[in-house]
Amino acid sequence: MLEDVVRFTFNVDGDDFSSAGAASVQVKKHLRQMGFSPEIIRRVAIAMYEGEINMVIHADGGVATVEVTDDSIVMILADKGPGIPDVELAMKEGYSTAKDNIRSLGFGAGMGLPNMKKYSDSLKIETEVGKGTTIIMTVNV
Amino acid sequence: MRDLEALANEIGLKAVCGSLDKEICGCYAGDLLSWVMSHAQYGDVWVTIMSNINVVAVASLTECACVIMAEGVMPDSEVLKVAEEKDITVFSDNRSTYELCCLVGQYLKNNE
Repeated sequence: MLEDVVRFTFNVDGDDFSSAGAASVQVKKHLRQMGFSPEIIRRVAIAMYEGEINMVIHADGGVATVEVTDDSIVMILADKGPGIPDVELAMKEGYSTAKDNIRSLGFGAGMGLPNMKKYSDSLKIETEVGKGTTIIMTVNV
Repeated sequence: MRDLEALANEIGLKAVCGSLDKEICGCYAGDLLSWVMSHAQYGDVWVTIMSNINVVAVASLTECACVIMAEGVMPDSEVLKVAEEKDITVFSDNRSTYELCCLVGQYLKNNE
């Protein structure tokens, strides 16, 4: 039993494509130590990784916070990037605004947000063009 | 048990880093990392032509048994260093993704 909320915070570096995923790997490690099931951990890790990658590709980084309780794991990914002009379009599988250099790394397949939705129980997007985006994903335990 | 060492011996794979003492459950092929991220399963042999550092993160998060870089693709030393740290087994092989998947599939079938 967790007595309270356990919170992890990570700075996601916008310049550094090579370390993208570092926060997800850390979260995965923490959740494993806390005894969560492999399936829950997998879902959190995938959703979080996609979020991290999006922050690196589109928003020059940001801050990722993960709040863990007995009932849920909540991932809050906040950036000060360009915002998402059309959320409905961005949610479509295969739609991407990533540039060619990003695609050559194997990203930009338009699977980021769809994966985040698929692997979380709830996905909330707060976005304002020119101000930034905050994504809140919850995985119920 | 189906394991990496037996597979590597049977189909002639050479590891560039990582341990061979891992269980294999299946096989997955793909180069789009987000796609692989959502479809590869624990214990899969992942065959790809990608070799950048993000391959290591995807392999680690999906808990693949190993990565086979096909078509003679070799990871650079930085990628290898991170793969070693995260205990990701990487092979490099001259055969195509298709040929490698056929061979892995055959191995899995023969050792059901």
